[in-house]
Amino acid sequence: MEIRGLVKRYGGRAVVDGLDLSARRGAVTAVLGPNGAGKTTTVECCEGLRSPDAGSVRVLGLDPARDGARLRPRVGVMLQDGGLPSGARARDVLPHVARMYAAPRSVAELTERLGLAAFGGTTVRRLSGGQRQRLALAAAVVGRPELVFLDEPSAGMDPQARHAVWSLVRELRGEGVAVVLTTHLMDEAEDLADHVVVVDGGRVVAQGSVAELTTAAGRTGAAAADDRTLVLRLAGPLSEADLAGAVGPGFAVAVPAAGTLTVTGPVTPATVAAVTAELARRDVLVGSLEVGRRTLEDVFLDLTGRTLR
Amino acid sequence: MTDPATTDPAPTDPAARPAAGPAAPTAAGAAPVGRRVAAQAAFEARAVLRNGEQLLVTLVLPALLLVGMTRSTLVSIGTDGAARVDVLAPSVLALAVMTTAFTSQAIATAFDRRNGVLRLLATTPLGRSGLLAGKVLAVLAVEVVQLVVLGAVALALGWRPEVAGAGPALLAAALGTAAFTALALLVAGTLRAEAVLAVANLLLVLLALAGGVVVPLADLPAGLAAVAAWLPSGALGEALRVALLDGTAAAGPLAVLAGWAVVLGAAAARLFRWAG
Repeated sequence: MEIRGLVKRYGGRAVVDGLDLSARRGAVTAVLGPNGAGKTTTVECCEGLRSPDAGSVRVLGLDPARDGARLRPRVGVMLQDGGLPSGARARDVLPHVARMYAAPRSVAELTERLGLAAFGGTTVRRLSGGQRQRLALAAAVVGRPELVFLDEPSAGMDPQARHAVWSLVRELRGEGVAVVLTTHLMDEAEDLADHVVVVDGGRVVAQGSVAELTTAAGRTGAAAADDRTLVLRLAGPLSEADLAGAVGPGFAVAVPAAGTLTVTGPVTPATVAAVTAELARRDVLVGSLEVGRRTLEDVFLDLTGRTLR
Repeated sequence: MTDPATTDPAPTDPAARPAAGPAAPTAAGAAPVGRRVAAQAAFEARAVLRNGEQLLVTLVLPALLLVGMTRSTLVSIGTDGAARVDVLAPSVLALAVMTTAFTSQAIATAFDRRNGVLRLLATTPLGRSGLLAGKVLAVLAVEVVQLVVLGAVALALGWRPEVAGAGPALLAAALGTAAFTALALLVAGTLRAEAVLAVANLLLVLLALAGGVVVPLADLPAGLAAVAAWLPSGALGEALRVALLDGTAAAGPLAVLAGWAVVLGAAAARLFRWAG
C-alpha cells in the first residue's frame, strides 16, 4: 500500500493534509495518532469508502476509488464501529460474510480461534464491545485477504481476547499479509508493529520501527538498546544548546514541550552529574529529573502534545 | 528478452498475484455475483421474517385488517355489487407491498446505515450495487411470502380474484415495489434512524387510511380522493383493485406509479448517504 500526498477536506477544512504512508506485505504497520488526527479518514480512502481530494493512493497496485470491484475480494476491513447487522445472531454473521468469497477460511476454525461460539446465539446488539470486535475481526479475515485494515482491533477486550487477537495478527503477518492497524493502545503497537507511523493534524509526524522511535536519532542496534532517556522538568530557562554542551557528544537533546528537556543516549551517573552541574551553574532549579527507557507512549506524547483535545 | 514464463500473468487472471514479497495467502477471490446477491437477499429476508416487530407490520397487521374488515361492516366500502372480500383483498395486498417495500425496508436500512453495516458490506466483494440488488430481491421474497399467506386467508374468506388480472396485478406490484423501495432508501439515506422509525410508521398509517390503499378512492372525501389518486399509494391500490376485480390494466394508475418510481429512484440515487 502506497499513499503519496493524500489530502481530504471536509467543508474546506483539511482533515488529511499531505500524508505519505506505505505498508508492506508480511509486516504490521501501526498508525497512531490522537482522535481527529486523520487516521480513520486515511484508512477509509484506502478502503474505497472515501475519495481523496488530492494525492495518490495505491492499494495492491490498484486505485481503490476506481478498481474497487477488483480490490474488495483481496482486502479485509474491520471498522471501528463494527458494522455488523445488529439484529442478526452472532453465529449467522460470519458464514454470511464468508459466502461473499470464493475460497474463504474455515468458519469453524475462526470461530474456535476467537472464541465466538460462546456467544453464538446472542444477537449482535447484545454483545459486549470486545465480543463484537472479535466477530468483526473474524469477518475481516475470513476472505483470506492480502491486506487487512484493523481499526482499533482490541479496544474493549479482556486480556485473554486481546492475546487471541494478537496471535491471529502475527499469524497473518507470517502468511505474508500486509496488516494496517490503527490503535490508541501503545502496548499493542509496541508488541505487534514492525513499522509505526505517528499521525497528527493530518500529517505524518514520525515513523520507524518501535526501536527507532524510542531511541536517539541515528543510533540503532545493540548500542541503542542500552540507551536511556533523562527527562528534565525545569522551573527556569535552559537552552537546548547549553544542555547539549554539558553532556557532550553521543547524546540527543530535545525540547518536546516548554520547560521539558530530554537527553537520550548512553546515560550514566556521570551524565546525570554533568546535567545537574550545568543547572547549578545557570542557577536553574529542577522540578523533576527522571532517567528511564523511553516508551512508545513517551514518544507519542512528546510528538502530539499532552493537552486534551 | 524476457522469458514469457516469468512475466506477470494477465490482470484478468483471477489467480494473478504480484510476484514480489513472501508467500502470499492462497486463493483469495470473490464468490460469483449471483451467489453474493442471493446470499445477501436470503440474509435480509430471514432478518425480516424472524423479527417480531417486522412480522407484525408485514403479515399480522394486513391479515387482521383483511379478516376484521371483511367480517365487520364498521368501515363502509362501496363494493358496486362485488363481494366485500373481493374489494378488500387487493387493497390489503397493496398495503402488504407498502409495509415491506417501504416501512420495513426504510427502518432496516436506516439502522444498518447508522450501525455502519452499509459501509462494511461495501468493502466486501458484495459492494454497494450488490447490496442494493440484495435488498430488492429480499423485498420481493418477503412479498411472495405475504402473497401466499394473505392470499390463502382471502381465499378462505371467499375471495374470487379475476384470473385475467394476474398480469396487470403483478405489473402494479412491481412498479409499486420500485416506487416504495426508492422512497424507503430516500428516507433511510437522508434522515436519522430514530426519525426514520417515526416517519416510516406514520406515513404507512396515513397512506393506508387516507391515501387510497385500504379505503378505495371512491369512498374517500372528494378532495382527498383527488389528491390520493396522484399518490403512489392510491395508484397502487387502484391498479390492484382494477386488475383483480375487473381483470384489466388501469393505465392511469400504472402510469402514476411508474412516474413515482422514476422520480423517487432518481432522488434516492442522488441524495442517499452511505454513512450515518
